[in-house]
Amino acid sequence: MTEILHSGLLQRALVEIVVLGAACGALGVWLLHLRQAYAAESLAHAMLPGLVLASLIGVPLLLGAGAGVLVTAALIALASRDTRVGSEVAIGVTVTTAFGLGAVLALSPDVPVGLDKLLFGDLLGAGTTDLLVAGALAALVGLALAAGHRQLAVAVFDPVSAPSLGVRPGRVELALLALLAVAVVAAVLSLGNLLVFALLVAPAAAAMRLGRSVRAQLWLAAGLGFTAGALGLVASAELDVAAGGSVALAAVALYAIAALARPAGSRGAARSPIEALGTSP
Amino acid sequence: MSSTARVEVAGLAASYNGGPPALRDVTFTAQAGQAVAILGPNGGGKTTLFRALLGELASVTGTVKLAGATAYVPQTERSRLDFPVSALDVALMGAYARTSWYRRIPAADRAKARAALERVGLGEHARQPFGAMSGGQRQRVLIARALVQDAGVLLLDEPFAGVDQTSEESIMGILDDLRAEGRVLLIATHDVEQARRWDRVLCVRGAQIAYGPPADTLTNAVLEATYGAEIVLLDCGHRAVAVQHHDHAH
Repeated sequence: MTEILHSGLLQRALVEIVVLGAACGALGVWLLHLRQAYAAESLAHAMLPGLVLASLIGVPLLLGAGAGVLVTAALIALASRDTRVGSEVAIGVTVTTAFGLGAVLALSPDVPVGLDKLLFGDLLGAGTTDLLVAGALAALVGLALAAGHRQLAVAVFDPVSAPSLGVRPGRVELALLALLAVAVVAAVLSLGNLLVFALLVAPAAAAMRLGRSVRAQLWLAAGLGFTAGALGLVASAELDVAAGGSVALAAVALYAIAALARPAGSRGAARSPIEALGTSP
Repeated sequence: MSSTARVEVAGLAASYNGGPPALRDVTFTAQAGQAVAILGPNGGGKTTLFRALLGELASVTGTVKLAGATAYVPQTERSRLDFPVSALDVALMGAYARTSWYRRIPAADRAKARAALERVGLGEHARQPFGAMSGGQRQRVLIARALVQDAGVLLLDEPFAGVDQTSEESIMGILDDLRAEGRVLLIATHDVEQARRWDRVLCVRGAQIAYGPPADTLTNAVLEATYGAEIVLLDCGHRAVAVQHHDHAH
């Protein structure tokens, strides 16, 4: 503990991870309710070539991540037009291609940033810019979720009647995916594009087990994301293991505790998030 | 407030994504206080008609005149029962369209939602999770939501599907009250016997087969044209009973 209190490096990392954890946790609740966990994972993985190219060219990695997400989203939209394959197949093919391309590029000796940092993040390398980006993301997520709360609730609960209630579910879903893209871009440098998914899904899945209302779930998920970030970072400092990995494990451990505390099917428990992962609306 | 409600449809044809019409040649008028059964096989165009009336289909030709706010009351199992909302939350959704995103739901609308739940006999269940209610209770909550929408025209999609006998009678009573207030009810159903209860029957199968009072409309010839080979007509005196398997794609 004393190490964290005295190390500026660790202090910055701690602030960074708890802010990202809270923002991703709350966002994750709506992603799981809308059954979009697969989209979250795909966006995160698909930005790898963008990150590698940015590193090769020498532009900020954040730009590369943003460009990677945009290109992938366009490719997925294009591939989904083929009605013979479903959108899940389109996402699968596009993302695997992007990930493979990223790995090929990243293993070239000219890439200054190591593949491991891109995949697993560099939490301890968080600088002032990263903290500002994380803070801005948290503010944006908080504002957007508060502003869109009623629309999101209708889009999830009753998409069939939504238009007659003044809500366009397609637009709401698109807006949430745009917010997801921003969150993934903002968090990917710290957590890496394999581990950012853990903070989007695990705290939300745990909160959905425990919360009896959507608001309760949102606050719980933000709190659990915050806690997972803090616990994971402290554990990594104490045990001298990789920071991103231990944050991801802490998030999953919190989910396991929630699942044990309120198993699926118990009174008040929401639908199992594992079911939610595997089913399209 | 609803006594001016009216639905007037003339020569309506509707299609999805520019394809061939899923429903055509629909012409009918429903006056204030009338309940119209929309009868037809699965895929016969009942849902298409509702979507066309709600303005959700891009390619609709003909005229549609709706006097009065229009609310859609879906089948209860079409909503996400795992989503943690209470009966009151669902009724309040009826006020969303008129509330700006940055404002709280006004106290008047909250009172209206509570009153609507009282009206459908669920005043004491306002805090109960929607997903934990019976099919009949959920259907009544969705009708309460339409009341919060101040709907003069209610489009009800199979309101008695998955509902037990007691709830069916209670819902029937509520619908009779709404009719008496001058609202227009369009009730999609596959139950011929139930269709006889309402003021008018509209039979559809890709196109309008017949429209008029039940006694004139529900003849064996019209029912055969509506259901084709899918129907088994059991002639018990003047009663024709449609036997049709009921499966909905989810």
